[in-house]
Amino acid sequence: MNEVILYTVLSLTGLGILAAAIIHLVSKKFAVQEDERIDKVEEVLPATNCGGCGQPGCRAFAKAVVEAGTLEELHCPVGGNAVMKQVAAILGIEAVERDPYIAVVRCSGSFEYRKKTNIYDGESSCKIAATLYSGDTGCAYGCLGMGDCVEVCDFEAMYMDEKTGLPVIIEDKCTACNACVKECPKDILELWPKGKKNKRIYVACLNEEKGSSARKECAVACSGCAKCFESCRYDAITINNSLAAIDPEKCTLCLECVETCDVRNIITANIPDEKIKHATEHRIRLEERARKKKEEEKMAAQAGQQQNGDATTQA
Amino acid sequence: MRLHKHKTFKTGGIHPHDNKLSSQVAITPLPLPKMVTIPIIQHIGAPAKIVVNRGDMIKTGQIIATHEGFVSSNIHASVSGRVGVIEEVMDSTGFKHMAINIRVKGDDWEESIDRSDTLIEEIKLTPKEIVSRIMEAGVVGMGGAAFPSHVKLSVPEGKHVDHLLINGVECEPYLTADHRVMLEKPKEIIVGIKILMKALGVQKAIIGIEDNKADAIEIFQQLLKNEKHIGVEALEVQYPQGGEKQLIQALLNREVPSGGLPADVGVIVHNVGTTYAVYEAVQKNKPLIERVVTVTGKSVKQPSNFLVRIGTPVIDLLIAAGGVPEDTGKIVSGGPMMGKAIADLDVPVAKGTSGILLIPKDEASRSEVYNCVHCGKCIEACPMGLEPYRLLIMSKKGNSKRAKEEHILDCIECGSCSFVCPSNRPILDYIRLGKTQLKKQKSV
Amino acid sequence: MSEGLLTVSPSPHIHTDLTVPQIMRGVIIAMIPALLFSVYNFGLGAVYVTLLAILFCVVIEYAIARYLLKRPASIYDGSAIITGMLLAFNVPSNLPWHIILIGSAVAIGIGKMSFGGLGNNPFNPALVGRVFLLLSFPVEMTSWPTAGATWSLDGVTGATPLGILKDGLRAGDSVPDIMNQMPSYTDFFFGLQGGSLGEMSAFAILLGLMYMLYRKIITWHIPVSMLATILLMTGIFWLLDPTRFANPLFHLLTGGIMLGAVFMATDYVTSPFTHRGMLVFGVGIGVLTVVIRLFGSYPEGVSFAILIMNAFVPLINSYTKQPRYGSKSQRHKAYQEKLEKEVKATP
Repeated sequence: MNEVILYTVLSLTGLGILAAAIIHLVSKKFAVQEDERIDKVEEVLPATNCGGCGQPGCRAFAKAVVEAGTLEELHCPVGGNAVMKQVAAILGIEAVERDPYIAVVRCSGSFEYRKKTNIYDGESSCKIAATLYSGDTGCAYGCLGMGDCVEVCDFEAMYMDEKTGLPVIIEDKCTACNACVKECPKDILELWPKGKKNKRIYVACLNEEKGSSARKECAVACSGCAKCFESCRYDAITINNSLAAIDPEKCTLCLECVETCDVRNIITANIPDEKIKHATEHRIRLEERARKKKEEEKMAAQAGQQQNGDATTQA
Repeated sequence: MRLHKHKTFKTGGIHPHDNKLSSQVAITPLPLPKMVTIPIIQHIGAPAKIVVNRGDMIKTGQIIATHEGFVSSNIHASVSGRVGVIEEVMDSTGFKHMAINIRVKGDDWEESIDRSDTLIEEIKLTPKEIVSRIMEAGVVGMGGAAFPSHVKLSVPEGKHVDHLLINGVECEPYLTADHRVMLEKPKEIIVGIKILMKALGVQKAIIGIEDNKADAIEIFQQLLKNEKHIGVEALEVQYPQGGEKQLIQALLNREVPSGGLPADVGVIVHNVGTTYAVYEAVQKNKPLIERVVTVTGKSVKQPSNFLVRIGTPVIDLLIAAGGVPEDTGKIVSGGPMMGKAIADLDVPVAKGTSGILLIPKDEASRSEVYNCVHCGKCIEACPMGLEPYRLLIMSKKGNSKRAKEEHILDCIECGSCSFVCPSNRPILDYIRLGKTQLKKQKSV
Repeated sequence: MSEGLLTVSPSPHIHTDLTVPQIMRGVIIAMIPALLFSVYNFGLGAVYVTLLAILFCVVIEYAIARYLLKRPASIYDGSAIITGMLLAFNVPSNLPWHIILIGSAVAIGIGKMSFGGLGNNPFNPALVGRVFLLLSFPVEMTSWPTAGATWSLDGVTGATPLGILKDGLRAGDSVPDIMNQMPSYTDFFFGLQGGSLGEMSAFAILLGLMYMLYRKIITWHIPVSMLATILLMTGIFWLLDPTRFANPLFHLLTGGIMLGAVFMATDYVTSPFTHRGMLVFGVGIGVLTVVIRLFGSYPEGVSFAILIMNAFVPLINSYTKQPRYGSKSQRHKAYQEKLEKEVKATP
């Protein structure tokens, strides 16, 4: 009996040692040499594997960073500057500061403003509806409202507002990973600089049709009336194809354009109403002054002419 | 019961109820509309270039937009009158395209057009002249896809064509436009076939007609008794037999290779409607400015076949067919299997519009979707021998590379898979999406 | 919602009438003749077992869908009713309720819902339940009430013809001797034999098959290939040694072969896609059934055969794909070769 136990223990121990030896040798022989900095970089990354940096995942990003040895072209939008600083510290290279971005919804055609012209009854997916036709409202540029963007958001930073039928971005949660921007077949979503103290303004319309037909389709469509364009003193607003657009690089957030829009389609974020009011008053004052100046000049010119006239008659 | 079974295609196929309500209703010309809207893209290829201005007075048959490049088509005024606004309008594709609006005044035709009914049998033109005349006349495939006909007739070098197939199948349920043209203009169609044969230099032509149109088959058999080179073949009813590739398989048992053209297997296919348009273009010098449109549906008071000027708003056709019934839930431009639902009654009739189908409200919406039960019906139904249920999964996951390996681009979008799916799964919706995404990737 | 607006959806705009609920209803109707026969044979017990099995299956599916998977209940498609009926068809009519409950729980819970519900299960749920019960409760599952004798719940129990055959062979009797104790083939055909609830009458099941074929719910491929294989194989063995092997007709008409061929093997979810695949599948079930019946220790092998072949379905599918249009164009190849020759010949 004892013999059986002894032999069992011995043979099993022997087998175990043999297997351990084989595993050890194999792991030595076929070990994959990897830069250990990759692991370190990966550790500080947010591990969301969202692909927002353009790499297929956080590990791939870490690898790319280590290989590149510079942060010029690589940036993790989710981690932001804080994480990139840590990465730079690990690799002993210089950190590159970047302005944080956020996704914005560039359509304000809610149910109220944009009446349905037909009932869509296919698979509930914006992408499929977009391959079929221009949409269930008159506007061929607007949001289709089936929430493909919300589906792809990994950060639960979006939801569909049932009252308006438009997606809403939760500012604190949006990491600017670009997933929704890529998904939207109508290019309604766009990455926008988050702005100083999260303040930013943008035009929430993409309708390139002429004013009258655009307004027929959607009560808040940009008609390309160019009032905002005229009010801007910094050349930050351009009008192309009857559509106004704000250049975030040039915009100084003077807010003077906001209330020139008769449908209030210049959307402001995190800016108190008072400031807009002040800005508008300021603009009106400026305009008044400009008008007066013009008038005075005109008067002066007329007066000058008259004087000249008088002079000639006298002469 | 027939003992002898007619020919048909072998891969897949379905048998929807054919509902040919208007097959015994003769073609009637629709009264001239008050105005027409003629989109400058009614065909596959580049949009035509507008050559008229607002306010111009034009005659019926006058060119208003010329073809841009080879794969494109001329557009002619279908009425006489004054050119109105030129702007983007919603057409039957569901998207907005540039279109020319014409306010109708009288019916003043170009003098060069022969409007008489006399049959001209003698073909005077050389093959090259025939092709250029067809190109000038803006003839496109009238079965639905609207591919410019002159492109089809210009066989690429190194390819040898030995058969011309004339597509008189009209496999879409409800539609009867081609059927009526075959019954009322058979002699013209035969001359048209001879013109096409001369242009292509082929010795053999076959007209394929499904056997639910026995009267048309009989007429052609009578007329072609003494013709050695043109035959007529009855085909078993099966959808989508009117697909080019399916018709080639049915009549000649040849298969067009993946990504290839019918010319690769020595065949050119033209629709009977197109053949009639070719006859008119070549023998009568008449451009493609009108076509036969079936207005049909279970609730339509008088299902009809109208001869309609291109650009006529759909609403005019509906009024002529007894008005829009109360319970209309969906209006389809084309047949129920491949047609496009339209949202707007002002959509103009285009060169490829073969029918207007009204679907009542209770049949307009899709039913509840269930899980895939793996019944394999979509696989059995697919005329291209694909695996639609898998293509759906791949497209849904955005795996276009795998979908391409599974030949998603071979799909002819006939809709058989979605039709047979007992779980009402949106198979074709996703396949179409997958194809669109692949094409987008290609262009990027 | 909005009145007067037109609906827009991608093509096609018409759809077949044969949708999932319609199909399920059709299958249920096809099972009714067999159910009526078993009621005629076994009395109220059959009704009791069938109703209990349906009730348990539906309730369990509802509960799992609602409270475990947290999604809308999927019971309205009728597939749970079919699973319940099929499970009942596969058990004796005097089975106690708690065993039915266990069977239903295994069939729906493990056989179906654990894979994600309708359409995702690799094995036929009713058979999973049935085989589980057969292995767990061998005594209860194999004491069948004698046909025609009972209109009460506690009748006389007896063995099935297959059981008698197997026991006889074990005892060393020859087949012709055993056959003398059996009912006639007409009795087999019309269902006057011992056995599980629904497998009694080949006639009633064939009625169901006719109906399903007429409604185009199933195709002939699986039942015919399976039955033909069984007929052929048992025929060969019978010709080789009639004293050891029973004749093919006996095999066809007894046990669960008819039920399996018509209702179990033809389940959409667990059978191959293409007609060619279905033929392979049917032949496979036939071969396995005969092997188990003739050489295994169980008298009956249909359930095991079907479950085993269920596992092969993905493999069968990948080998029996529909030929793609244009892929086998021999004509095209020949044509091109001819063309090339012509091109070469011309100077």
